[in-house]
Amino acid sequence: MVQLDQIDKDILNTIQLDFPLETHPFEKLGEQLGIPEDDVIRRLERLNSAGAIRRIGPIINTKKTGGISTLVAVKVPEQRIDEVAEAINRYPEVSHNYLRPAEYNIWFTISASSDERLMQILDELKAETGCDLINLPTKRLFKIGVKFNIR
Amino acid sequence: MDDIDTKIIKLTQDGIPLTHAPFADIAKELGISEEDIVARFENLQQNGVIRRFGASIGHRAIGITANAMCTWNVPDDKVEEVGAIMAGFSEVTHCYERPRYPDWSYNLFTMVHSYTREDCERVAREISKATGISDYSLLFSEREFKKTGARL
Repeated sequence: MVQLDQIDKDILNTIQLDFPLETHPFEKLGEQLGIPEDDVIRRLERLNSAGAIRRIGPIINTKKTGGISTLVAVKVPEQRIDEVAEAINRYPEVSHNYLRPAEYNIWFTISASSDERLMQILDELKAETGCDLINLPTKRLFKIGVKFNIR
Repeated sequence: MDDIDTKIIKLTQDGIPLTHAPFADIAKELGISEEDIVARFENLQQNGVIRRFGASIGHRAIGITANAMCTWNVPDDKVEEVGAIMAGFSEVTHCYERPRYPDWSYNLFTMVHSYTREDCERVAREISKATGISDYSLLFSEREFKKTGARL
């Protein structure tokens, strides 16, 4: 696990929602936190290579880019979990894929370019794996992708 | 959204470089100024094409390893009210209404991230108390097969 001091925590809590979108963002961040830009960059490099920061960039809203996304739950027999997870991961459209022990035990999210493409993938997966799956698209959104409170 | 917008998203979606002028190379490649790039991102954000510009956190690497999908069976006429209450919890990072199926009765989904499973369970109990919804189930992730952001 990555060890974080208070400055690391301040940086992480700031750059999730309040990243300064400017031509020299790390200089600005340093000003905000009262540390030199070089120090900000060194810390970000360490946090990035240790996996605490995955990336700094735009978080895309698939709905607005003409795409369609959904959550899918699959009922997979215990001994076939690896095989089915692999079949699902093969699609670049799949963004998240987890094992969650329950009756429906593999849960994945997928963003496709169109409804037709999405249905095609789900049909292919049904045919290939023979597993029951339910499509759980968002009907109403109450909250999304907010920040982790790092303490 | 024009071609340049698409290009700046594609060139930055895997992360900008951690340098003094992280937009300089892209600006050069596209033949526009760094200020233009910043202004375009501001526009894309205003139009909702991007939800935000910022860091994606590797929460597992910093010890936020428990991640529970809490699924709730909420009467249809209470979804609006209950969803708003659930979204108000800071530990809840996502809250959605989704369809039911004959063998799936849970229609509200909340993602709860925290340092321990016990803490996720505590949050779920608090949500249950605050909303009066007692039919719920917590699904913890035991393995991560894949995790990437949405891509253009």
